[in-house]
Amino acid sequence: MKNNNRYQREPLTDTQLLMSITIVIFVVMYLLAMIILQGGFLHPQQIFDMLNDNASLIIVSCGLTVVMIGAGIDISVGAVTSLVVMSCVMYLNNGGSIAGSVFLALCIGLAFGMMQGFLISYLDIQPFIVTLAGMFLARGMTTILSVNPQKVEHEGFAALRSIKIEINALGYTAPNGNFIPARMELGVVVALLCIVFIFILLKYIRLGRGFYAIGGNQQSALMLGINVKRTRFLSYIISGVLSGISGYVFMMHTGAGNATNAAGMEMNAIASSIIGGTLLTGGVGNVLGTFFGTLTLTTIKKIVVSSGLNDPWWQSITTGGMLCFFILLQSVVLNRRNRKK
Amino acid sequence: MQNEILLQMRHIDKVFPGVKALNGVDFTLRKGEIHALMGENGAGKSTLIKVLTGVYRMDGGEITVEGKNISIHSPQDAQNNGISTVYQEITLCPNLTVAENMFIGREDGAWIKHKDYEKRADEILTRLNIPARSTQQLENCSLAVQQMVAIARAVDMKCKVLILDEPTSSLDDKEVNMLFTLMRDLKSQGVGIIFVTHFLEQVYEVSDRITVLRNGELVGEYLTEDLPQVELVARMIGKELDELMDLGETEEKEKKETEVFYEAENLSSTDALPFNFAIKKGEVNGFTGLLGSGRSESVRAIFGADKVTGGDVKIKGQPVKITRPIDEMKNGIGYLAEDRKRDGIIAELSVRENIILALQVLNGMFKPISRSEAEAFADEYIKVLNIKTASRETPVGSLSGGNQQKVILARWLLTHPDYLILDEPTRGIDVGTKLEIQKLVLKLAEDGVSVTFISSEVEEMLRTCSRLIVMRDRHIVGELKGADLNQAKVMKTIAGGEA
Amino acid sequence: MKNKKKSFGGLGQLTIPVIALCLLVIFNLVRDMLFIYYFKDPNYVSFFSIELTKNNLDNMVFAGNLISIINGASELAILAMGMTLVTAACGGQDISVGAAAAIAGSVFVKIIKMSPWVNGIVVLFAFVCACIVAMIFGSFNGTLVAIFKIQPMIATLILYTCGRSIAYWINGGATPTVSSPVISAIGSFIPGIPIPTPVLIVIAMAIVFKLLFKFTALELFTQSVGINQSAARLNGINSTFIKLLSFIILGVCVAVSGCIGVSRLGLINHETLLLDIEMDTILAVAIGGNNLGGGKFKISGSILGAYVIQMLTITLYSMKVSSTDVKAYKAIVIILLVVIGSPVVKEKFGKLMSKLLGNRSKTAVKGA
Repeated sequence: MKNNNRYQREPLTDTQLLMSITIVIFVVMYLLAMIILQGGFLHPQQIFDMLNDNASLIIVSCGLTVVMIGAGIDISVGAVTSLVVMSCVMYLNNGGSIAGSVFLALCIGLAFGMMQGFLISYLDIQPFIVTLAGMFLARGMTTILSVNPQKVEHEGFAALRSIKIEINALGYTAPNGNFIPARMELGVVVALLCIVFIFILLKYIRLGRGFYAIGGNQQSALMLGINVKRTRFLSYIISGVLSGISGYVFMMHTGAGNATNAAGMEMNAIASSIIGGTLLTGGVGNVLGTFFGTLTLTTIKKIVVSSGLNDPWWQSITTGGMLCFFILLQSVVLNRRNRKK
Repeated sequence: MQNEILLQMRHIDKVFPGVKALNGVDFTLRKGEIHALMGENGAGKSTLIKVLTGVYRMDGGEITVEGKNISIHSPQDAQNNGISTVYQEITLCPNLTVAENMFIGREDGAWIKHKDYEKRADEILTRLNIPARSTQQLENCSLAVQQMVAIARAVDMKCKVLILDEPTSSLDDKEVNMLFTLMRDLKSQGVGIIFVTHFLEQVYEVSDRITVLRNGELVGEYLTEDLPQVELVARMIGKELDELMDLGETEEKEKKETEVFYEAENLSSTDALPFNFAIKKGEVNGFTGLLGSGRSESVRAIFGADKVTGGDVKIKGQPVKITRPIDEMKNGIGYLAEDRKRDGIIAELSVRENIILALQVLNGMFKPISRSEAEAFADEYIKVLNIKTASRETPVGSLSGGNQQKVILARWLLTHPDYLILDEPTRGIDVGTKLEIQKLVLKLAEDGVSVTFISSEVEEMLRTCSRLIVMRDRHIVGELKGADLNQAKVMKTIAGGEA
Repeated sequence: MKNKKKSFGGLGQLTIPVIALCLLVIFNLVRDMLFIYYFKDPNYVSFFSIELTKNNLDNMVFAGNLISIINGASELAILAMGMTLVTAACGGQDISVGAAAAIAGSVFVKIIKMSPWVNGIVVLFAFVCACIVAMIFGSFNGTLVAIFKIQPMIATLILYTCGRSIAYWINGGATPTVSSPVISAIGSFIPGIPIPTPVLIVIAMAIVFKLLFKFTALELFTQSVGINQSAARLNGINSTFIKLLSFIILGVCVAVSGCIGVSRLGLINHETLLLDIEMDTILAVAIGGNNLGGGKFKISGSILGAYVIQMLTITLYSMKVSSTDVKAYKAIVIILLVVIGSPVVKEKFGKLMSKLLGNRSKTAVKGA
């Protein structure tokens, strides 16, 4: 048997294939937007705006990707984000410190992660139900804290919020002659760090491969000596903590708390992960794909707005159409591959 | 070395709700021996293995490894104590690479050194002569290779005790030999191997010692050379083997009827190459060949289980068009699939619902079988086929393999088929039930039902079939009947060469 | 591993919803006792009081918490019936039912608005149109799931994302109102009948399902497909059709509950009509003891589940919990329920009991 050629190229794995498709489509779509719609798409700031607006979505999606790779689901992420925003805003307004608020955000995320992870892994309850309850709990607690919108009135925080990373090289000169550098918020840096962290975790750390193993075949993973329960527990902890971070980033972006913050974010996050090539059945997915999934999703929305479809319904109808396209594409690609085998 | 005791299990008890699965079982494994663990289905082999590997917790008894008392609560505990298992079903992760599958769960440190692992994996694969690359996705490998990767993993774990649970059931002869070479190699290194299998010849080929279980109790431990095959079977089923002889006498008759029931010309499917086939009314024929020779694929094509891509089919002389199983069922054909768990039983449904399923489908959605009717059918077949079940409402998944098979048989018998295709109906079930099924096949033929019977055990087919179709490399290479129906001739045809 | 459910008094999968209902009833009874006999609060109205009053249309109608529970849970119960079928056949849930109901409601209103007058026939015609539209959307979801083999939750995520916008679009960006005695008869009471009409519709739907299972083999086929699709196919069951059918049936349920929702208010609001109902529906199915991974199912469990959820909500309202905060308490109760129902907890509890009971042998307790 000619099995000794280690350097033979392996065919793309499902993860890589789905991610590549997404990246190609994203690039093509963006290029088309640059050519046809022009306007904002010609400026790098457009991408930075997309990142600024969606930093917290990216973070949440990363956590969700981890859970989904482990064949779970966490639909509480948006609600936890919202709860974190509201709690931190109230905490800051009642004389809390910045360090304290960061700590609070992480604790809330961790608490939700632990509670949900415990119920799902150790008591063997269906993840959908547990995280649905978590979502209700977080949403309910948010409104118990305050039904009315709250603005942060904390000087230190205002200063922190206003920190922007300016990149002159990617700036442009506005029609009125002013030079505007590309601006990136701190939250984006946090989001990028999260991506790098999760990427390394999934690829090079024992625990990360464990997520793939339990998602691929839970029974096998157990037989292979992986502590399935603990691994699953940790996947929800990661998702919970990332929701906490996402909440803080959200607050840095908006500077206010509102009971309807991050409404529907869980579904956007699931959509991002799916577009990025994560399968809900588990075992397949990649956090880079999720990042591009989020960008693709956002770009579609931007394109709809820029093409002058101003009626309020077009944005989500196109998003739905696009989602449909990606889902069908994945299905066709995966079915064809499976049939070949 | 042979007498140094490696593993000892004493008075192991295991109770499941309502069943005592193991009752004071002793088991001793010595260094450097291959020890076959034998017993019918439901004898407690799998339970004993699962207790040893930490999947189940024992309710009583003790386990010692090299004289040390150990407690095993999880597969990890077992691994840490040098006990590794390779199961019949592949217990690896299909979405990871070969190298990852070999090293996951036992990495040193939190970081994964992909390059390092791949190098080590390649070394082992080369040494064991396994046709796989370390960077390959496991799901892109064949089942046999996946099995060997699992063994490679265990080998690399420097295990003291290696449990092979039905490792050969999805391997062909060449691969089996490769595996045996590997087992002997490990044995000479002092590894104790527990070998669970249904293939008696393999036990005699490779094992040193045999422990027999029956109904959750220990029957005895024997040196392989001291226990003739017939006696082994007798100990396993706990009765004398007159019945086996019995069957031999009824076999000799050739069917006189000439009416052809089913005829296919150039039939092909997505998985089967074009072939011609015909079967007469009341005839029992068999497809034989090595695993992967296309025997299962061919009968699947006959039933329309895979997408049929071409060919002309005549049933009772009338041309018919078949695309899906339901078309075949309407023409009086039934098919018992090779993979009972995947393609046969509906595990959580009751025995009753499983039995009436095919008939209900034939009746159509709008003519439901009433509850009382269904109960009558179920009771009838539970009695006729001697299905051992607590009641007709018991979920089929909780029955033993042989009884599950009988339920599926009942399902097809209930449709009163003219032609029944049985693909490996006797696989993984106990000797007693095997015999009952063979008898049933002959009886059906007497009643004018055509039967296609496939079994990995050639002897079984020789006993039941009046005609054997031999396949090799997805082609039909011969058809044997009458005087040619003997083991030597069949083997020769399968193997090719002068045939 | 097997038959664990049976160990709880033979109720099988209905154990959880029945226990939950009992707990809620006991809780309210205790509260009633406290307020009536201990605090002697003269303004306190018993949770269980049902009275016959005149409504604003001069009909004699029943009123009270219990009535508002069974009335308010109507849409949920109807959706739960359909959802149970989809769950069983496909091993996943349709998260677009709320959005699809908004579409169906919009079509319902649109057709009625197009007619110069409103009578029973027009309303019936509008309902049939709504049904057809909902069935079309149902078969869209069903096609994705059955033919393209996409997981239900993901397939229906599409409609979840854009369904309410489609409803908005149908109504051209408005929230039109309809007022007619026929509509209000559907939404509240038929003159002369003191029971709320939605409750009657639920009963009718339940009977339809019962008859469906009685006169067809749908139940057996659905369960077979849900448990082992490959085996079902080799036994001649067309699993694609069964899955598609389950989504189409759910479509009918969606249309019915959408029209009830519209009739209650006499207007269509695409944003708020049956908001978040998909989550409650899935919850009802789960509380009903159905495996969300598909397979065996009991419609009656899901219906009970729907009433459990509504009873919980009304109990909380009666305790003056504001409607926005209800979610948090609901979540706590859900968590308690699923923890009680969790096999792990049951097993631990069983062991504890057998230890407490001492002399009785283990097998007797476990195998009961």
